[in-house]
Amino acid sequence: MNTLWIATIGTCVIAFALKYSGHSVPERWLSHPKIQRINALIPIALLSALVAVQSFSEKSKLMIDQRLVGLSVAIIALFLKAPFPVVVLSAAVSSAGVYRWF
Amino acid sequence: MSKVSSTTLRDSLSVSITVGAYGVAFGAAAVANGFTVLQSCLLSLLTFSGASQFAVIGVVGAGGSAISGIATASLLGIRNALYGVIMAPRLQVSGITRVVAAQITIDESTAVALGQEPRGTDAMRKGFWYTGIGVFVFWNLFTLAGALGAQAMGDVRAFGLDSAVPAAFLGLVWPRLTGKFERILAVSCAIFAIAMTPILPAGLPIIATAFIAIAIGLKR
Repeated sequence: MNTLWIATIGTCVIAFALKYSGHSVPERWLSHPKIQRINALIPIALLSALVAVQSFSEKSKLMIDQRLVGLSVAIIALFLKAPFPVVVLSAAVSSAGVYRWF
Repeated sequence: MSKVSSTTLRDSLSVSITVGAYGVAFGAAAVANGFTVLQSCLLSLLTFSGASQFAVIGVVGAGGSAISGIATASLLGIRNALYGVIMAPRLQVSGITRVVAAQITIDESTAVALGQEPRGTDAMRKGFWYTGIGVFVFWNLFTLAGALGAQAMGDVRAFGLDSAVPAAFLGLVWPRLTGKFERILAVSCAIFAIAMTPILPAGLPIIATAFIAIAIGLKR
């Protein structure tokens, strides 16, 4: 079995296990304030790291390319309070434009 | 249909269609990162949690190991467990219904349910089920469309898909940056991950930031 299949199945199994555990374990296990706080911080840390790595690297090399333009446009769209799909679409269109014409 | 029900239904449907349509971006990005159409669809059907799905395809697509991809996706999936804790006492379900409820316990179904709280428990339950099932249906249909579309594209960079993924992550994290502390954490983690990218194996710089978050959460 290759990496992609292991990643796909592993992610699916753990994702469901996490969801089901929330519905099954006693509430006090997961309602501790420290767990609540960590839960609020983890997505911020991971998603920010993912934004950076996905924008400025390829494999293990750092690089700046059309994705910088896409990211900048996405940031502007978010400051203008654009809805989610508009943010993604505007990033894609601007990045594709730079890639095709430069 | 009563007025309360139709308000709940309207809330649920608008969220379902907007969020579900975004499955196009996932399907396309998954294929662009080397996953097959089948694998992309399985991720949407069985993982069914946008951030986790983007994380696994992002990490593995960038050359990370399966374990790194699974770990990143799972760390992002922890919040669904906490949503389950909030929803379980309000839904009061068991057996197969609980299995279905667990699978559709995501950001949107929980958010709409909590948004119906002033209208009573019944409206909350309806909000949860309508939104969860609605997002599930649209998210999966649009994932298939996106995956097939990307397969037909060839060079995905010419369509900006390489930028769609980071923009998606940015769109997911943006609403969470509510205060100065959150913004500093976000920028620090971004810089840390970039700095570690040439040094650590792919995927690890990202997972490492989760431990920064845990350390800070335990200390504060």
